[in-house]
Amino acid sequence: MNAAVYFDHNATTTPDARVLDAMLPFLHQPQGNPTSRHSFGRQARAAVENAREQVAAAVGAHPSQVVFTGGGTEADNLAICGIANAMSPSIIAVSAIEHPAVFRPAQALFGRGWQAARIPVTGAGQVSADALCDLMRQKVGLVSVMAANNETGVLQDIAALAEIARDHGALMHTDAVQALGKIPLDFDALGVNAMSLSSHKICGPQGAGALILDKRVDIQPLLRGGGQEKGLRSGTENVAAIVGFGLACEYATRELTEHTRRMTQLRDRLEAGLQRLGATIFGGEVARLPNTSFFAFPNLEGETLVMAMDKQGYAIASGSACSSDSTEPSHVLLAMGVAPELARGAARVSLGAGNDEAQVAGFLRALENERNRWQQLTAMAV
Amino acid sequence: MAYSDKVLDHYENPRNVGALDKNDPHVGTGMVGAPACGDVMKLQIRVGDDGVIADAKFKTYGCGSAIASSSLVTEWLKGKTLDQALEIKNSDIAEELALPPVKIHCSVLAEDAIKAAISDLKQKSGAEV
Amino acid sequence: MSVKLPIYLDYSATTPVDPRVAAKMIPWLTEQFGNPASRSHSFGWEAEQAVEEARAEVAALVNCDPREIVWTSGATESDNLAIKGAANFYSGKGKHIVTVQTEHKAVIDPFREMERQGFEATYLQPEPSGLLDLEKFTAALRPDTIFASVMLVNNEIGVIQDIAAIGNLCRERGIIFHVDAAQATGKVEIDLEKLPVDLMSFSAHKTYGPKGVGALYVRRKPRARIEAQMHGGGHERGMRSGTLATHQIVGMGAAFRIAQEEMALENARIRRLRDKLLSGLQEIEEVYVNGDLQQRVPHNLNVSFNYVEGESLIMAVKDIAVSSGSACTSASLEPSYVLRALGRSDELAHSSIRFSIGRFTTEEEIAYTVELMKSKIGKLRELSPLWEMYQEGIDLNSVQWAAH
Repeated sequence: MNAAVYFDHNATTTPDARVLDAMLPFLHQPQGNPTSRHSFGRQARAAVENAREQVAAAVGAHPSQVVFTGGGTEADNLAICGIANAMSPSIIAVSAIEHPAVFRPAQALFGRGWQAARIPVTGAGQVSADALCDLMRQKVGLVSVMAANNETGVLQDIAALAEIARDHGALMHTDAVQALGKIPLDFDALGVNAMSLSSHKICGPQGAGALILDKRVDIQPLLRGGGQEKGLRSGTENVAAIVGFGLACEYATRELTEHTRRMTQLRDRLEAGLQRLGATIFGGEVARLPNTSFFAFPNLEGETLVMAMDKQGYAIASGSACSSDSTEPSHVLLAMGVAPELARGAARVSLGAGNDEAQVAGFLRALENERNRWQQLTAMAV
Repeated sequence: MAYSDKVLDHYENPRNVGALDKNDPHVGTGMVGAPACGDVMKLQIRVGDDGVIADAKFKTYGCGSAIASSSLVTEWLKGKTLDQALEIKNSDIAEELALPPVKIHCSVLAEDAIKAAISDLKQKSGAEV
Repeated sequence: MSVKLPIYLDYSATTPVDPRVAAKMIPWLTEQFGNPASRSHSFGWEAEQAVEEARAEVAALVNCDPREIVWTSGATESDNLAIKGAANFYSGKGKHIVTVQTEHKAVIDPFREMERQGFEATYLQPEPSGLLDLEKFTAALRPDTIFASVMLVNNEIGVIQDIAAIGNLCRERGIIFHVDAAQATGKVEIDLEKLPVDLMSFSAHKTYGPKGVGALYVRRKPRARIEAQMHGGGHERGMRSGTLATHQIVGMGAAFRIAQEEMALENARIRRLRDKLLSGLQEIEEVYVNGDLQQRVPHNLNVSFNYVEGESLIMAVKDIAVSSGSACTSASLEPSYVLRALGRSDELAHSSIRFSIGRFTTEEEIAYTVELMKSKIGKLRELSPLWEMYQEGIDLNSVQWAAH
């Protein structure tokens, strides 16, 4: 049975009904391969190009800078491996709080003669410009820092970091998968060379993402054969998902102000309650995504809390979905210097469209009950 | 590939398709291109005693742009003197048909076909003298 | 006779999503959601269960263990993963890799990439039938050969390679054998219990499933190993990271299940349509079938119309959606490299049309197509100086063509 309330929008979202409506014809009616030159193919091509414009517009980029991929992970891999493979090996600097889709490919570059360096973060989860400057004294070719962290929601000053990278002759990539649709993004203003986006985090469908790419950057494709996306990403385009992604981008941008206002309001209410119950809120003192709250109760296992809340009908996460298989504490929190005992207690609520005040209030009540029950249990044990 | 309306019109309704008697001394025949390249144009002109092109015919093995280019030049050639005919440039053809860059070679081929037909005619009349 | 135009005869480029497949997918876009990797709540569990059911459906069509199926974004990724992943993993044993000139670009291009990385590649020329000569294949194998890739069904000409025999030759020599089966599922029987194949690529959208999802079969016994090419959260047992698109995977599972259930009947029906199309086209002079007609899926008919040019031919037949050569290369003006590898002249390669018949093709559509081809070929030949010369008995090979 499904939990009734979904509080895990940083993991994935359900497509917006309007997005779905636009996608359905591409599942119901005969559709061509966008590479084909007949009318079926041309219609599919036109749909892809329209979506390309929508995605570009959402992030202040030119449509020709959009490379569609199968998702955010692929966009990150393309940026990291693709750019690195087109350069002579040096050092790749990634922040200590990157998503595995960035740090794993960065590690994989080791076999090709690259060294990976970690850019430390402050206790609040911010990548420090000073630390990056220090690193840049070595021969760094590529820097990757996420625009917003998936677990804490903490925002990074990408424009400032990109400037440092640029001043030292390095290229800069940012994983903006969590930032898209939650804060304004402007590719040119950020001054990065590449930026990863994902559809299913913004009420678009799974199966589509994009790398926004400065065309002056040399890059090697990951997938070859067929030459789609100007040779940068071969493989038949996932037309339906791309159409959905494009439209989701359009709505996300258009409704950003209102969405931000609503999310901030809900999140503030949630966090007031969490603090009342004695939770520590990670990154709470700095600029964050408006929808994300990452918190912990001392001596309460995050996994236990998540399971208990699931039973009560609330779907929350204990960390990023991609690492929730493991029982290791969040690498993001460890990088912030959070004690492992407290980090193990971390749970994340990520709000989204469809959440409301009543759900937040209900969640807080359920959480309080759970906490009380648990306190009684430990009291008895002692 | 999106073809212009003019290309489509010439392709759907090619003008002056056919052949003239290539042994006629007043007929010049130009055959340019090669099957392996995907384009062969055969352009024929018949010149009247006044030195003006009285008739022009073509057959083309090639893409829509090649067919349209050759069809268009048969229209343009009629009524022109040989010198005037030689003034037709591929850029005129490309512009008239709004050919995309990848199809410019079709207009080049059509210009070559005009030159070849005129040169064939001149060779014939030279031989007669 | 009423036929809705244009007629879709390009099922080898992509197939429409079967309505039954779409019906299975849509709930995953609307009602249920969840990241299958989110283990912590029931949204994620249900998605994971659906993904595993789909994995079993895909495995059932090709008779393998579901644990041998790795999801990808499509056959292109599967091919890239198989080739780069296996060649890199086994590079300590040798650096020679073998494939065929008529493979899909998704195999050829990664091979070229491996050459740039220091591997040595052999691209075997098939026979004029499109089939690979086993002796030539054997002769190409060397002690340092570690990897071979041969497609099961060719995308342009539909010929079926003898994968069992080729696989045995590889197995005997400890060579990892990859098969691109993107065009084969639902068209030919695939039994991976019996076939000596180590890696096999699948696509959903060539078998009435959605675009954007595919799979790679990775044999467990004897175990085939690959190096991951997409790094991240360690999904798919570390072989392929990235959030799985649940609705698409569910769609692929449903599509493969239908393929399994209906393959026999569907192939018989499609063969009747193909035979009707073939006999109709053969009433036109100077028509050549490309590729072997016997060792071939009935879905594909690739023919060359002599003395007409390919692009104008495509323009002439705009009421039918077909391809001249592979969909993936048709943006270029080069004649099909597959037909050239068969020894076809450039002219015949240029004037080829691939008719690919599928689940929703009707008798009426085939009849209409035959009539259309007859009339359009006639019209184009009237325009063709080459046809004129052929009629006059001139041997075109004896003509000195101006270099252009």
